Amino acid sequence: MSFVRPARRVLIAAASMSALFVAAACGGGGGAPSGGGSSAAAADFSKQGDIEVWHGKDVSGNFAKQIKAFNDSHPNGKVIDHELPDSADQQRQQMIQNTQIKNPKMAVLSVDVVWTAEFAAKGYVEALPPDQFPTTGFIPATVDSATYFNKLYAYPATSDGGLLYYRKDLLDKYGLKPPTSFDEMKAACDKIQAGEKDSKLGCFAGQYNKYEGLTVNFDEAVHGAGGVIVDDAGKPNVATPEATKGLQTLTDWFKDGHIPKAAITWQEEQGRQAFQKGQLIFHRNWGYVYNLASKNDGSSDIVGKFDVAPLPGITGPGVSSLGGHNYAIAKNAENKGTAVDFLKFISSKEQQKSSSLATSNSPVLEELYSDPDLTKKFPFMPTQLKSIQGAKPRPKAVEYGDVTLAIQDAAYGALQGQTQPDAALQALQAKLQTLIK
Amino acid sequence: MATATAEPQSLPATEGDGHKHKKNALSDGQGRLAWILLAPTLIIIAVVAGIPVILSFWESLHQTNAGVDPNTGMIAGGDKFVGLQNFTDIFTGANPVTGSYGTIDRFWNAFLNTTFITIVCVLLETVIGVAMALIMAKAFRGRGIVRAGILVPWAIPTIVSALMWKLIFDSSGVMNRILGTQILWLADTGASFWAIVIADTWKTAPFIGLLTLAGLQTIPAEVYEAAKVDGASTWQQFVRITLPMVKPALVVAVLFRTLDTLRMFDLPYGMIGPGKYRVETLSVFAYQEAAQTRYGPAAAYAIILFIYVLLVAFLFVRILGAEVIGDADVQKKKKKKKGDEEPAGPPATALEMAGGAH
Amino acid sequence: MSATTADVREEHLSKEEIEQLAHPKRPLKARVGVVLSYVGMALIVLYCIIPFYWMVVSSLRLPTEGQSTEFIPSPVSIDNYKGVFSAQNNFGRSLINSVIVAGTTTILVLLFGIIGAYALARLRFRGKVLVLWLIMACSMFPLVVLLPPLLKMFSSTSPFTWFPYWINTYQSVILPGLSFGLPLAVWTLTAFFKQLPVELEQAAMVDGCTPGVAFRKVILPLAAPGVLTTAIIVFIGAWNEFLLALTFLQDKDIQTATVAISKFTGTTGFDTPYGTIMAAGVVVTVPLLLAVLIFQRRIVAGLTAGGVK
Repeated sequence: MSFVRPARRVLIAAASMSALFVAAACGGGGGAPSGGGSSAAAADFSKQGDIEVWHGKDVSGNFAKQIKAFNDSHPNGKVIDHELPDSADQQRQQMIQNTQIKNPKMAVLSVDVVWTAEFAAKGYVEALPPDQFPTTGFIPATVDSATYFNKLYAYPATSDGGLLYYRKDLLDKYGLKPPTSFDEMKAACDKIQAGEKDSKLGCFAGQYNKYEGLTVNFDEAVHGAGGVIVDDAGKPNVATPEATKGLQTLTDWFKDGHIPKAAITWQEEQGRQAFQKGQLIFHRNWGYVYNLASKNDGSSDIVGKFDVAPLPGITGPGVSSLGGHNYAIAKNAENKGTAVDFLKFISSKEQQKSSSLATSNSPVLEELYSDPDLTKKFPFMPTQLKSIQGAKPRPKAVEYGDVTLAIQDAAYGALQGQTQPDAALQALQAKLQTLIK
Repeated sequence: MATATAEPQSLPATEGDGHKHKKNALSDGQGRLAWILLAPTLIIIAVVAGIPVILSFWESLHQTNAGVDPNTGMIAGGDKFVGLQNFTDIFTGANPVTGSYGTIDRFWNAFLNTTFITIVCVLLETVIGVAMALIMAKAFRGRGIVRAGILVPWAIPTIVSALMWKLIFDSSGVMNRILGTQILWLADTGASFWAIVIADTWKTAPFIGLLTLAGLQTIPAEVYEAAKVDGASTWQQFVRITLPMVKPALVVAVLFRTLDTLRMFDLPYGMIGPGKYRVETLSVFAYQEAAQTRYGPAAAYAIILFIYVLLVAFLFVRILGAEVIGDADVQKKKKKKKGDEEPAGPPATALEMAGGAH
Repeated sequence: MSATTADVREEHLSKEEIEQLAHPKRPLKARVGVVLSYVGMALIVLYCIIPFYWMVVSSLRLPTEGQSTEFIPSPVSIDNYKGVFSAQNNFGRSLINSVIVAGTTTILVLLFGIIGAYALARLRFRGKVLVLWLIMACSMFPLVVLLPPLLKMFSSTSPFTWFPYWINTYQSVILPGLSFGLPLAVWTLTAFFKQLPVELEQAAMVDGCTPGVAFRKVILPLAAPGVLTTAIIVFIGAWNEFLLALTFLQDKDIQTATVAISKFTGTTGFDTPYGTIMAAGVVVTVPLLLAVLIFQRRIVAGLTAGGVK
């Protein structure tokens, strides 16, 4: 049976090869990286050479210019621009994947503030040597967002806080001042809507689609009602009457139409579009909306008709959720010396100012908020500063992905009317207790 | 080298020892040649698909150590061997979510979503596709343009297509404008299920249409004319002649579409978004678990999906008799029993479009 | 002979009857059927084209009006297309990369697929069914979970430290692409070759050709429609591949078009640049459609290849 032998040979070869690979796999220890705690050897922050900076969309093109400026002044180590896809989830995926394959070129990571705990605990980024990275003059909330277990794991670069955008023209017409609480906002809306009789004019909207923006808005609602998601000791405590009141308010506003029903599918851009088309009196969004809503090219119907105020809370002044990005040094980077130099460069006063002017991102240096050039271009800077100074971070957890999903489950279910807010928060509390220890 | 024989594929007589000794001269040395010719294909598949599959099997037997050291805040890391725990965990209900089926474990929610999406999509695709084919078979002019037009849905890259539908299904998008409603297609409601069905069916019904058309075109016109002479109504013609003759092509098409839809990832993930439990399929769920660096459970869910797909394929072949195995021996046997000639057209042309895009 | 019968016939027919025979009037039912079928064809074309029309329309709007629902954009603007090819997107380069990746994948799939299909269709050996099922089974595994091991393999991480470092190379995407295209191609081509009777090769061999030459000169040309159809399917599949390219092709200079699209920047950090993405979609799809239109005669022939018998 000569024709059987080749078949058998191939099959046997394949089988033995597979066995070899499996054995090798076993020997390789399953392939997952070991935690950072065990590598006690101090990281070498002195090596210079070319590095890659991994970051999200460079919307304005300014980052590329900054990289060029750095390269011109830093001959013994060039920075290579490595842009990542648009979605934050994909950015995180790519960074994690490349950490696991120990990519030595990936050196500087633009880390969202909510990833700090995870990246630090899982050993993806290095703890920064405190002597080289002073944080004087930075807004404390931003430094806190880059800290884990009292060590600085990233250098703050940009920040963000929530703002209340409102139709100044409408409020002036009815002699109203910007509301400092949801109750006041409701009263203002009722008055304005009764007077305007415009069926398309909605009252208020934030971001309520099932994504990170919902966590932000939920966080703000809960803090604005005097509750917490995670208390100061880091333990979850969300099933409180205060937190319930926060979530209940949002749910009620959906029910009686103060928040448009469609807002359950809105992210930042849909809300901004609605506000710019004159369909909302009040709108919660980040700082980037200001310049876009002021553009004179016909895309905004409300040029000159709106202004910015601090966020209202449920019964009193509100608390913004802290956003922003920090720059970290990847664990497996080869040329950490250049990475250190780049971090110092990009967070220096001049670079922060240039970045802000180009992108309207909020800087982390407090003194820049009274800089005349910046305040001229962005008149809302003082409000933004207050917003960020008082901002609270979202829960810090190593498995932040699970935490934010649990929060979204609870909030989305309540807002869609599928669960009662108190029941949703009870379930959330139970879940968080298993996730955040 | 080999001398031609009249019937190279005839079944040899079995000998006493039960072995089928091939008696014709073509068989000498063919085995070796066959394996040489198949070697590139098999090697590539073994290296690029086989090894990762085996590694995934291995991965599914492990879990990452997730304990946080209370002093340093660091994760211990590394894997620990847990045997089949990743598989048995799906029965413990440790991860309840609320979807269209009440509050059940997230795995079973994904499983049911996958199953229902597949059933509904494939049914709709088949009905619309067959209707398309019937229409195209009748008309004579302009068929070429229609055939090219039909490939439009499938030629658009999936990420673009998902975004295009996202734009169309936006709450203030054109679909709502045409329908005059304010359906929240992209929220986590029943409507998002239908958004996915519509988007998927749009893309894949043409496939089934083209395949069925090919099958229809191999039915000789004389058969219909004979039936008309015998007084058969249009419906009877359809049921008694068209359907049976189109069945081989149709079944293979439906099989491949089913296998593909069971593994659907791009539409739920790209159009609706992750975390929406009413449309989360097993592929999306496995992906989300892998994104949370829980590679063990992710591999386990993917393996279960794989076995599910394999089972479905098996059932198709067994019950519906999908002639997917191009083995002539088996076919000739069946054909000899049926007594009429091998409808070689439909199965062959069925397969070429049946694979489809991912 | 037919002429004579015609003459004979003519003598016995009146003018009206000749008229009727020459221009048969179809009964009303059949005519309605034909009209309906054309209506149906129009509906089919509309069904397929309308979402694509929406894509084209969206791409011709002003960039800031990405989400408008006007049926015809006013003003019509090609800003989005300019945006697609702007310097920072490097789109032209990524199109070339896509062509290289998809083209190579298709050629290799055809090469290996044809010889493999020949073996399965013409040769006799044990384990045929097993091989076919094995080939099909390997394309049933969801790609998302194959990626981590593949990533380790191509980046020479343990346990694959002996494997060459293939990140940012074309082969890192071509090889897995092969593993998806080959099952489809092998199955399809096997069926095609099976369908062409062995007698054709035998006739050639009687004339003195070896089986290999007979296959090349006789069968392949006849199976050309099927081969072409397979080629187009594989090409489109490889062209649209996203996850593989995203994972393995990270440098801007080597990424493919689909990955480039995912990295398009909007005007803010939060928006999806619908206009530019739709424009890119049109740019990426239209060449495929043109190719299909050009080759569609052959595809049509491929679909009706049953007539070969």
